[in-house]
Amino acid sequence: METSCKSLLKGIMEVKLKVKRFDPEKPKDNIWYQDYNIDIHPSSTILDALINIREEVDGTLGLRCACRASICGSCGMKVNGQAKLVCKTRVEEIAPKGEILLIEPMGNHTVIRDLIVDLDTFFAKIEQITPYLQPDSEPETGEFIVSNESMDKLLTEMNCIMCGLCVSECTVLEVDKTFIGPAALAKASRFVYDPRDDQTDQRLNYLNDEQGGIWDCTRCLQCVEVCPKGVSPMDRIMDLRESAIEIGAKKTHGYHHTNSFEKSVTANGRLDETRLAIESAGIFNISRLIDLIPVGLKALIRGKLPPLFPHKAEDNKKIQELAKKIKEDK
Amino acid sequence: MYDHDLLIVGAGLAGLRCAVEAQRMGLKVAVITKVHPVRSHSNAAQGGINAPLTDRGDDWKGHALDTIKGSDYLADQDAVEIMSQEAGDAVLELERMGVIFSRGEDGKLGTRRFGGQKVARTFFVGAITGSALLHVLYEQSLKLGLQVYEEWFVTSLINEDGVVKGVVALDLKTGELEAISAKAVVIAAGGAGRVFEPSTNALICTGDGLSLAWNNGAGLMDMEMIQYHPTTLARTGILMSEAARGEGAYLFNSEGDRFMEKYAPDYMELASRDVVSRAEQTEINEGRGIDGNVLLDLRHLGKDFIESRLGYLQEVSVEFLGIDMSEKPVPIRPGMHYIMGGIKTDVNGETGVPGLYAAGECANVSVHGANRLGANSLLDTVVFGRRSASKASEYVKTVKDSKILTNEHVEKDLNRIKKILNNKGKLRTSEIRNTMATAMTEGIGVFRDQKSMEYAKKIVEESKIKYRDSLVVENKGKVYNTDLLFALELGYMIDCAESIVHGALTRKESRGAHFRTDIKDRNDKEWLKHTLIYRDRSGEIKIETPDVTITQWKPVARVY
Repeated sequence: METSCKSLLKGIMEVKLKVKRFDPEKPKDNIWYQDYNIDIHPSSTILDALINIREEVDGTLGLRCACRASICGSCGMKVNGQAKLVCKTRVEEIAPKGEILLIEPMGNHTVIRDLIVDLDTFFAKIEQITPYLQPDSEPETGEFIVSNESMDKLLTEMNCIMCGLCVSECTVLEVDKTFIGPAALAKASRFVYDPRDDQTDQRLNYLNDEQGGIWDCTRCLQCVEVCPKGVSPMDRIMDLRESAIEIGAKKTHGYHHTNSFEKSVTANGRLDETRLAIESAGIFNISRLIDLIPVGLKALIRGKLPPLFPHKAEDNKKIQELAKKIKEDK
Repeated sequence: MYDHDLLIVGAGLAGLRCAVEAQRMGLKVAVITKVHPVRSHSNAAQGGINAPLTDRGDDWKGHALDTIKGSDYLADQDAVEIMSQEAGDAVLELERMGVIFSRGEDGKLGTRRFGGQKVARTFFVGAITGSALLHVLYEQSLKLGLQVYEEWFVTSLINEDGVVKGVVALDLKTGELEAISAKAVVIAAGGAGRVFEPSTNALICTGDGLSLAWNNGAGLMDMEMIQYHPTTLARTGILMSEAARGEGAYLFNSEGDRFMEKYAPDYMELASRDVVSRAEQTEINEGRGIDGNVLLDLRHLGKDFIESRLGYLQEVSVEFLGIDMSEKPVPIRPGMHYIMGGIKTDVNGETGVPGLYAAGECANVSVHGANRLGANSLLDTVVFGRRSASKASEYVKTVKDSKILTNEHVEKDLNRIKKILNNKGKLRTSEIRNTMATAMTEGIGVFRDQKSMEYAKKIVEESKIKYRDSLVVENKGKVYNTDLLFALELGYMIDCAESIVHGALTRKESRGAHFRTDIKDRNDKEWLKHTLIYRDRSGEIKIETPDVTITQWKPVARVY
């Protein structure tokens, strides 16, 4: 019988934390960094360390935490610049040799005090996607009859605990506050793919809307990287894009962009950037095309204007075969 | 001044289910909660929710009997009957609201087995059932446009001439104290796990609701009944769902024996929780543990099965202990998990105090008696959450005027807070709390006796004095002052601890979770009774021992 769990239960190490503080009630110098050195068990979590500080060193340190088991979503914050759920981040993972841990509040959220951020905007965006099941009628048998497979698939989205890490790291939200954002869009996909919901097309059409919708994601992968529950919001957004196209929701720059990209690559084996810019805007969208002129001129001055007639790849056939295979695999 | 028909304290499953019902009835409802609703501790329930569905060949009497046997015959049988009869509808309603329950091949909801029950009647969502339910009820609250006082902490109930008329609460974000009036208040504020150390409970489970009710004339019943969950992760104390054993996991001691053979030959690992926890503790105490743990072995279930049905357990095992459960057994031990006891209510949530109702873990209906079955807690929250809304709405209609007469209530709490902030003591909240909570685990543990319980009582009394005289709160600010919040919570915890030690010392027998090594037998002749504790304004404790309600199941020996 396996009994070698001793190493897990003993030992002690020194941890150094540098914590970004904010006290809104201080008249000046209300943002500062504070150093704490404490002794803890090496497999302790960063949350254990912060609780230790709060309980034994500095009672004024503000942070939210509740379950300590990565299910309530309270303790999101930045560790060494990246958003983490600190209850499931072990100290030795990040600082195996006792390196300094930099702890800051999440990004893209207003800070209330120390590591506590305002999540009102986060939850307002959740509300924006009509976050509840909308069946046309109630099942006569008392329960909806649907396949286990269809429910199992939704477990990925259901795993979301609304911790806000994805929003903290979202590079689109940094510049565009109207973006519905990774968490709310992942939540939306939970309803779009629920066979019990009867508003699928309406939901997709809404999400397809340019302003802040599914096409605003730049696929930077940050949300996938930081999600502590494997929800992979970006992948959910990509699913939604495909589904939107499938139901014929095509009146978006995003769709035109995707379409032009595909046509150009399958035709020439290379990306035709001139065509991409024009087709993404829509060839009859005069005002948007006029907007492109200064961008084009700037590119011309800097010698970065793409050629008017695109180069073709040497072995274009192979690329076409690849494209065909990808389509077939789907 | 804010004004409502019904104000619900707590936004976990009981609170939200109650709110949804009341909102549907057209009442002016609000929920007040110290954390955002989706942060509530209902999240932590993993394994599932019980319901005997007749079209699956099950019947409510089977579930009722298992529950009553599980309770070691301390549950009130009329209450259990209601819970078992309403369970099916309650679970199917959750499905229709959107819960993505696991299904069988026929596309209907599927089940798994759970402890203390021979029939598979536990409906589930992977190992995140509580979280899945909570998020769906939160969705419903958004659909209905429920008003939520989010991150507001209730500092007292407004009680005028024995009638509850609202609450005084602290808006954590601004630090302002406000009076909120309501024709009726439902307490659904959850358990009090933090009274013990360690505990599987979240840091927010500080018994706020229990204390608020107790201080307003309600009784706390069977508080000695503390559930120690058999499988909490070594060192961290994180809960490992009973679903693991429900799906077939084994328990081994250091000698490689499946020791449950000795204690529960028929049910093995799926005996009631108190039975399994005692078995584990006995193995550990007799030297057959591993650093104070025994082993939970899932290897024979296979990696795919573990990841699809018990994904969350695999996640915490890997991340907190670095153990892949498909390759190695995980070290686990019993850990404080749930309080069966709580605010005494009838089957409609009535506490006996006009205007005051209770539901969920903080209430004691009583359906769990001396030991709760796994997957009955979620059921309790939705069934009695809904029922308390119905009853409270009837009461609300009879209240003509809910005007609060004076401004004194806010002033009183303001002065109390000022006093705490200005106290020149030396002890942090954590110091007092940790000492008390450790003593509670020592004194009111899996095993207990007169001496250990008296020790706990002594420490609780000392804690009370330290809290009054020696407390220091370093943060004097207003905005999100968690330091002050913890100090106020500690006051609630001390009240809970006091009621627990009194309950424990009163019961002169062993029953369910209350196992006394100095009186090992159950004594139906003298103790088929609840312990019911009141405290008056002068602090005087009054203890009653009302009879257990027996309907059709006469107490017999409890063998698994």
